[in-house]
Amino acid sequence: MNTDETKIEIRNLTIAYGSYVVMHDINAKVKRGSVFVIMGNSGSGKSTLLRNMIGLLQPAGGDVLYDGRSFKTMDEEERRIQLRKCGVLFQNGALWSSMTLAENVALPLQEYTDWSPSDVAGVVKLKLALVGLSGFEGYYPAEISGGMRTRAGLARAMALDPEILFFDEPSAGLDPITSRNLDQLILELRDSLGATVVVVTHELASIFTIADDSIFLDAETKTMRANGNPNELLKHTSDAKLKAFLTRSELPAAPPAQTSIP
Amino acid sequence: MTGDMSANSTSIFSMERSEPNALRVRISGQCHGQDLLQNTTAVVAELERPPEVMSLSFDSAGLTGWDSRFVAFIRDCAELCRARNVEFHEDGLPAGVRRLLRLARAVPERKDTRRPTDRIPFLQNTGENVARAWDRSLNLFTFLGENIIAARNLLRGRAQYRWTDTFLVIEQCGPQALGIVALINFLMGLILAFVGAVQLTKFGASIYVADLVGIATVREMGCVMTGIILCGRTGAAFAAQLGTMKVNEEISALQTFGISPLEFLVLPRMIALMLVMPFLCAFADFISISGGFLVSVTMLDITPTEYLTRTIQAVQLQSFLLGIAKGCFFGFLVAYTGCLRGLQSGSSAAAVGEATTKAVVTGISAIIAFDGVFAVLTHLLQI
Repeated sequence: MNTDETKIEIRNLTIAYGSYVVMHDINAKVKRGSVFVIMGNSGSGKSTLLRNMIGLLQPAGGDVLYDGRSFKTMDEEERRIQLRKCGVLFQNGALWSSMTLAENVALPLQEYTDWSPSDVAGVVKLKLALVGLSGFEGYYPAEISGGMRTRAGLARAMALDPEILFFDEPSAGLDPITSRNLDQLILELRDSLGATVVVVTHELASIFTIADDSIFLDAETKTMRANGNPNELLKHTSDAKLKAFLTRSELPAAPPAQTSIP
Repeated sequence: MTGDMSANSTSIFSMERSEPNALRVRISGQCHGQDLLQNTTAVVAELERPPEVMSLSFDSAGLTGWDSRFVAFIRDCAELCRARNVEFHEDGLPAGVRRLLRLARAVPERKDTRRPTDRIPFLQNTGENVARAWDRSLNLFTFLGENIIAARNLLRGRAQYRWTDTFLVIEQCGPQALGIVALINFLMGLILAFVGAVQLTKFGASIYVADLVGIATVREMGCVMTGIILCGRTGAAFAAQLGTMKVNEEISALQTFGISPLEFLVLPRMIALMLVMPFLCAFADFISISGGFLVSVTMLDITPTEYLTRTIQAVQLQSFLLGIAKGCFFGFLVAYTGCLRGLQSGSSAAAVGEATTKAVVTGISAIIAFDGVFAVLTHLLQI
């Protein structure tokens, strides 16, 4: 497998809510089998970008290409086929609350495969075991902790052995240890399944641990400000804002607003 | 030049001119719980009094305690100075206050976040409302169209439909609703019979209470009351369920798996209600007529046999079936409005509450409006 191959390409993408432009002119290439991080401050449109990439929102301009094929021009059936190859982990898991964990993971399998019920049950057990939730098959989402919900959401996202995994703020609300374990899990998934992973996050520890490549979105200029491996970016960037973000430090002070400051 | 602006038991506020062009605000004592902000007007007055003030400073040496209102007052003063190009010296303030001021200044106020507070011109407002109402009514039809497509997929056996969900909904809105349906309809029967009895006995025609209760219940009241109960009970629940699923991104999760929320969530609810409503209606009819029976037998001189015979003569099968068919349609309306409002819900707790309210309001309005349409139609068709 050629690892330099581009799996996803974001081309001149503009995202907007109605006439309010959130981000414009986003360009990036995600290599097959890499972990790509979308980072930026809160409210910079990271999750919105993700939602545009998976068709939950329609881009206001530009395009997203999967394996070189334009997502915008795909018809409904082609999109369905494309989305079948994608797994999405939403913030806090977004598990279907009226179903048990096992039913949550089983539903995509029942929809897309003609496997026998025992095969489905076996795979469901496996997926839940992979995220460390063996024995919780019969639990409802409301009965387990936030970290477990996120992991169960991951099990569901992996149900169909996707080529691409999208993570929307996976470590939101998780303690440092759980969050670190999740990072390890993401890396293992990439290595063992060869999956391409797109992660939206602003957790610095995660960013430096998992990212092969990244883009930095800036809410002020409403576009991407940097593109590259975060470790490299930190070493070489001259952009004060990006540096401040990556080092968790204060920006050089803005010009004083008062006439006189002692 | 000194002037005591406010003096009370705990804090003292005064202003003085150390030089003709320099104003000094002196605050001493305990500032907790003091309404300092009212002094802003006094400061403004002093700033405007000639000779022109070039600098403002503070003396808080005697200050023993302060709270956020004190800081807010100082910040107001700073704003005043900036607007008037007056030098603002904060060295006379407690260190804590200076730090808070610096913190409040760290991120300059964003001007573009201000919401327009001007009154929108009447015509513009009307126009926007009309446009919004038009969009909403279009949504109503779009949703109907999508539902028809989903139903067609179901008939072709291609829909992502789960019968288990349907049975779950049937259980929730059928058997579990029997109690309230029975109570309301029994009382409706009682009321109808009672009102009828008072009028009809005047003409010595009290036996016709049976006709009145029977026909009114079977044609109108049974299905309308049951529809309204179901709307408040189940329609609201649907809107809240789907709205919460939307907030929780469960709907998005369905979509990314290529599962149509309509086929997966709306269709089972709609079919369940349409299946359940006829039974609930028949049950309601029976209970309501029992209510009328009770009043007639106990209050009027009618024997049970007479009442029952009269009812059977008065109520035609056609009327009964009409009521059942209307009930089925009302079930559709309840599910339709509940699910529509739920799926239209915004992404917050308040939005879910709003969606639930809208679902009930739309549902009940639709039931009454369509009942009117049916009344006209049945009259024209002489059913």
